[in-house]
Amino acid sequence: MLRGAWKLGVLGAASLAAAGHAWATPTPGGIDFQTPATETARRVQAFHFEVLIIITVITALVTALLIWVMIRYNRKASPTPKKFSHNTVVEIVWTVLPVLILVWIAKGSFPLLYEQDVMFNGEQVAEEQVVDIKVYGNMWYWDYTYNQNTDQEFVVESRMLRAGDADRPLDTARGDIPQLSVDYPMVAPVGRHVRLKITARDVIHSWAMPQFALKVDAVPGRLNQLWFKVDQPGIYYGQCSELCGKDHSNMPIELWILPQQQYDQWLVAAQADPANGGRAYLDSLPRPGVTQLAAAE
Amino acid sequence: MSSDAKHAADHGRGHDHAHDHQDPKWYSPARWLFSTNHKDIGTLYLVFALIAGVVGFVFSGFMRAELAEPGLQLFNGTAFGGFFGNEHNYNVITTMHGLIMIFFMVMPALIGGFGNWFVPLMIGAPDMAMPRMNNISFWLVPVSFFLLILSMFVPGPPGDNGFGGGWVLYPPLSGTTGHPGLAMDLVIFSLHLAGMSSILGAINFIVTILNMRAPGMTLHKMPLFAWSVLVTAFLLVLALPVLAGALTMLLTDRNFGSKFFEVAGGGDPVMFQHLFWFFGHPEVYIMILPGFGIVSHVISTFSKKPVFGYLGMAYAMVSIGVIGFIVWAHHMYTVGMDVNLKAYFVAATMIIAVPTGIKIFSWIATMWGGSIEFKVPMLWAIGFIFLFTVGGVTGVVLANAGVDHSLHDTYYVVAHFHYVLSLGAVFTLFCGWYYWFEKMWGVKYNGMIAGAHFWLMFIGSNLIFFPQHFLGMQGMPRRYVDYTPAFEQWHQWSTYGYWIAAAATIVFFIGLVEAMVRRRKAEANPWGEGATTLEWTLSSPPPFHQYNDLPRVR
Repeated sequence: MLRGAWKLGVLGAASLAAAGHAWATPTPGGIDFQTPATETARRVQAFHFEVLIIITVITALVTALLIWVMIRYNRKASPTPKKFSHNTVVEIVWTVLPVLILVWIAKGSFPLLYEQDVMFNGEQVAEEQVVDIKVYGNMWYWDYTYNQNTDQEFVVESRMLRAGDADRPLDTARGDIPQLSVDYPMVAPVGRHVRLKITARDVIHSWAMPQFALKVDAVPGRLNQLWFKVDQPGIYYGQCSELCGKDHSNMPIELWILPQQQYDQWLVAAQADPANGGRAYLDSLPRPGVTQLAAAE
Repeated sequence: MSSDAKHAADHGRGHDHAHDHQDPKWYSPARWLFSTNHKDIGTLYLVFALIAGVVGFVFSGFMRAELAEPGLQLFNGTAFGGFFGNEHNYNVITTMHGLIMIFFMVMPALIGGFGNWFVPLMIGAPDMAMPRMNNISFWLVPVSFFLLILSMFVPGPPGDNGFGGGWVLYPPLSGTTGHPGLAMDLVIFSLHLAGMSSILGAINFIVTILNMRAPGMTLHKMPLFAWSVLVTAFLLVLALPVLAGALTMLLTDRNFGSKFFEVAGGGDPVMFQHLFWFFGHPEVYIMILPGFGIVSHVISTFSKKPVFGYLGMAYAMVSIGVIGFIVWAHHMYTVGMDVNLKAYFVAATMIIAVPTGIKIFSWIATMWGGSIEFKVPMLWAIGFIFLFTVGGVTGVVLANAGVDHSLHDTYYVVAHFHYVLSLGAVFTLFCGWYYWFEKMWGVKYNGMIAGAHFWLMFIGSNLIFFPQHFLGMQGMPRRYVDYTPAFEQWHQWSTYGYWIAAAATIVFFIGLVEAMVRRRKAEANPWGEGATTLEWTLSSPPPFHQYNDLPRVR
């Protein structure tokens, strides 16, 4: 069993190494989105880029017009002011043109919205193929329920690592990232349709995963759903995104996306001892992202 | 009363001794406590807003100092003898910064201050329609502010003081689950009082503008600032009661066992969000519309040209006000709404860009063909147009729910709303301040100091907020006291920007003191032919009672 795990670990190392920059976390000085890790996130970012170009052109246009009037119509260049105060044609143009631009933006915006909000983007996925994980927000940690409604159901509680902790202190040499790494991460398989059901036990929290372009509030008394299908194995990070009290900054989300075999191994290990959330198994996996992260710091 | 009437009769229009021996002395407490004079009440509002603004600005300094580097600098329980408290107190500071800047700085300054001062002057009215109500409108505000500040020093969540749930006050964090202590109740009372004050003030403005315009001044001849305050007042009257209702339900949930927002009793916390944003979205237009009015006058004055497309400008504000009521849930794209509902709010929200664009282009068209003088108010106005454009276009990005899922509750949103408010509304505020400085205080400001104030503020506030777009894109969430080291660089830039903005604020006060000390005599109309509204026909400062003979508008 242990030898098997080791072998799988080597396999995993190969696949994880192939993942390349799937480890992109926030980068120092970064000015763009984090690297997308799902098809949806790629489309979101592509659409955002289109809108960014439009708004940059508009801002540049307004700036250019301002500079032009300041040069051409200042007191020296234009000592006597003209008296006009209407021009029907321009007024129609600057009303209609923005409408057309907005319609064009909406044309890209709506399909994107439905892609995110409609389960699996309308794709028919057999129920047994769907990986269901239930997510609870708590003050101030997340917990994840696997194999829900089966006799193998178990819950993993996930808390942020801190430098001074007794059992598992934050260790950047190991690849832990301050304010992002947790003791028992969430785990899901790569390339599968994963469906999260999200709610909260006390106040409102928000489960966010920037590289998947996902964010949904965990509201007590409500069950919110979202879905993702990740292309590459890797470790992905998110942070609670709805103010939830004192330790709002200290309840990050760490998500390990593993190849199916490793995921299955982890499920077995974690179910056997949910309090340790399969940590020993996860620690046995190599983390090729570590060097990149260290370089990033 | 009879002496008042006689006193009023003694004063004709154009009377230019502001401090006539019959007028109350400036140091008389009764003049301010019992004031029914719109200009005195306007002054009270402005002085109050200055004080509250300094408090809110210092609070943002605490935040920027904390965020200058990763780890806990101030809010770690030990720094400065534990003065700043812990992470909860950081949340208290962000919450208070938001509430103070909105309810006790921008609204009192733009609506209470400039609105009271200049709506009657511009429409040719001797005073507000209900001067005594005007008095209570103002005096509720300091009481409300006192309650809010007091809330910081009474128990909130178990073991800590103050309310740290954000200015949006979402339950269950603002309910007994998150903040069982008295602090939240004080915040509720404070906002109830502030809301009452604003509703009374708004009724006063509506009645004044609809009934007390000078003969000949039809609505379609009314100055745009009066238009902007009229639209704002309607927004206030329609939006604030909804906030009051939501707050009252929260209050009874907390204290009397009702379950409006408590899941365990069949309530729904998301219902609060709908009610809050039904108020909250019009609120952002409440903060910016009066500024639109001010900028229109300043641009027209210093371009020596009438406002381009006057009617379009007026009705753009009306349509912004109307549409502002039907877009509220774009603040809630992530709560788990039906996708079709989200799609509606995307569409409705983007429509607002159209009237806003009309305003931006009309301001530029007003300058087009003019003879522009770059006096200090004009600098603020041009700066405003540029910055409001930047803030506006990021609003178009955020309107798209598909993208907003990534940017919601990140620093991108912080950057967006500070561009439209901190660099939008506040720039219009200083624009109006310098435009009417001589008119209000009867002395001239120093152009060099005022210019330095503008440039420092322009550079500083851009440096604070532009890098925050990058932080938001990278995923830095809002309302975080601590962050992962990768975010450090742009946070540092942002904090440097704050110090420049702080220098700008010091320069602002130096300018104020300099003007008070030098006492350069003001002119009735320092801006010349471009300044065409009625307030410039009066002396600077205007007589204690003006327009005893009503002006006639052709």
